[in-house]
Amino acid sequence: MRFEGTERYIATKDLQVAVNAAITLEKPLLIKGEPGTGKTMLAHEVAGALKVPLNTWYVKSTTTAQQGLYEYDAVSRLRDSQLGDPKVQEVKNYIKPGILWRSFTADMPTVLLIDEIDKADIEFPNDLLLELDKMEFFVYETGEVIRAKQRPIVVITSNNEKELPDAFLRRCFFHYIRFPDKETMAEIVKVHYPDLHESLMREAMEVFFQFREVQGLKKKPSTSELLDWIKLLMVENIPADVLANLDLSKELPPLFGAMLKNEQDVHAFERLRFMQRRL
Amino acid sequence: MFQDFFYQLREGGVPVTLKEYLAFLGALDQRVIEPDVEQFYFLARTALVKDERFFDAFDKTFGAFFKGIEKFFSLKVEEIPREWLDGPLRRLFSAEELAKIKAQGSWKALMEAFVKMREEQQARHQGGNRRIGTGGKAPFGQAGMNPRGLRAGEEGKRLEQGIKVWEKREYQNLSAETHINTRNIKLVLKRLRRFTREGADEELDIDGTIRETARNGAMFDVEMRPSRKNRVKVLLFFDIGGSMAPHIKRCEQLFTSSRTEFKHLETYYFHNCIYEFVWRDSEKGGGKLKTYDILHKFNRDYRVIIVGDASMSPYEIMQVGGSVDHFNDEPGINWLTRLRDSFPHMVWLNPEPPEQWEFVESIGMIRTFFGHRMYPLTLDGLHQAMTLLRRTSHVPIPVAR
Repeated sequence: MRFEGTERYIATKDLQVAVNAAITLEKPLLIKGEPGTGKTMLAHEVAGALKVPLNTWYVKSTTTAQQGLYEYDAVSRLRDSQLGDPKVQEVKNYIKPGILWRSFTADMPTVLLIDEIDKADIEFPNDLLLELDKMEFFVYETGEVIRAKQRPIVVITSNNEKELPDAFLRRCFFHYIRFPDKETMAEIVKVHYPDLHESLMREAMEVFFQFREVQGLKKKPSTSELLDWIKLLMVENIPADVLANLDLSKELPPLFGAMLKNEQDVHAFERLRFMQRRL
Repeated sequence: MFQDFFYQLREGGVPVTLKEYLAFLGALDQRVIEPDVEQFYFLARTALVKDERFFDAFDKTFGAFFKGIEKFFSLKVEEIPREWLDGPLRRLFSAEELAKIKAQGSWKALMEAFVKMREEQQARHQGGNRRIGTGGKAPFGQAGMNPRGLRAGEEGKRLEQGIKVWEKREYQNLSAETHINTRNIKLVLKRLRRFTREGADEELDIDGTIRETARNGAMFDVEMRPSRKNRVKVLLFFDIGGSMAPHIKRCEQLFTSSRTEFKHLETYYFHNCIYEFVWRDSEKGGGKLKTYDILHKFNRDYRVIIVGDASMSPYEIMQVGGSVDHFNDEPGINWLTRLRDSFPHMVWLNPEPPEQWEFVESIGMIRTFFGHRMYPLTLDGLHQAMTLLRRTSHVPIPVAR
């Protein structure tokens, strides 16, 4: 199994090496990078390219490691016991397998995406050390050990909101997705919008990269914003020469809402224009 | 076979461990990559480095080990980013160099002299020297001046042949300490939170209810418990003396972040050193308060964080009447002593870079006085400071003479 990018996903050479190393050595792959550079997409595409199912675990601030393994529904067992339901005799009926459990026991290899691991509590990655290392865990209620039939390919994404513990990092391969350069970006746009007109693309990219150079933006527009914006431009049928004649120091580009996500950034932009006018 | 590389990485500040090294060898063994130096570099990076902040250090070591990369980079006058000329230059130079700079007169003259010096070095090394692409405007890497946080060639270049990927030092601006923003600070400060259950029972304890009900033979027994609340109490002292001006932005960030993170937060302002008065408002002269009142009002549980550059004349600490803006009847050191004795949980955060500390006498004095509980105002420094403050037991400050 080798991953070399897909029709819809351009993987740079360093990313390919990282993914293949993780697949071959059966270690989790930790992906970091600016928001919107395709971290989550990667897992989807790896699953697609290898033709295996994808299990996604969306991590929230309240997620605990236990939820990924299994949950014991004590409340419904209690209710059933009061109703005299015969199900109550068997603890198993109240154990709900989590995502890790399902990935471990799947009949074919799977891709397991642990999305935005940094959103959870600081201790969360530590609680998963053994599970990800040995790919097995113990169910206290029933006394059974769940062991992976096939080790899933684990992709973990992080937005750097929290430091991950060293012990956890040591067990992973690591890749940082850089913001794509112009050529890569052109390829990315092309695989998403194959019928996009050459001139519109060139102009849109030009405006986009100028945009990114504006100092002091809180959230720089990234790949996903560019793709959204181009889609809007296509839907609205904006001709390429509108963008070509655009002077960023005088006006904002059409449909800029797709690229600037908060009002401070719009202000930053306006301040800049104001300063340029005074020069 | 790459053992020396492994040790050099460690020396170069990349925290590689044996486990990672073995994983790297394993990957080589299993032929994850084709025999290609670039792929080798990618594999080594993905296996050995786990944080993009260390990418730059890794690139340097990799280059030095596998190539013997040149030590000097090119720099032209027009390539000097504007902000180096106007910005807080002090951060870019060591104190000795600063002294030399002062001897030379204006910044601009110096900058030119400096560049000329670089060019000379460049010329001497011209033989076989490879000029680094725009991606790696790294003039100071070797000379010990690190323009951290400068955005040099951010957009990155294609990984093309010719210039080696690791020589571009593309990850330079990801090196540690650049990522300091309000959100980051908040996350670090969060470490200090301590949740405890105190007071009235007002929350349903589901686990307890189930446990008790089970024990009761399935008769419901509702358990209540107090809700968890953050009990951390903090006194924050901000220096608003003139020398703090270059650091105001970072301090503001710290301040806005800390506001929401603690249960009790009191903020006071002082000028250079703490004397018999502090101020409630950052505008000087507003809300004057007796320091004694603060010492008496709050108990020893309070965590004290002092933010200041501690850069002043030693007289301001040691002498009666040494203060710059009023006549103080007692030397500052007495007040610092009282503060230290009243609040055993205290740290001093200093926005000046730690490399400069030893060159400022007053920083040294205050540092020894507070038993080296002075941390730089960087994420890492904050992290260390919060870890110390988090301890419940009193860690006595070693009393310096």
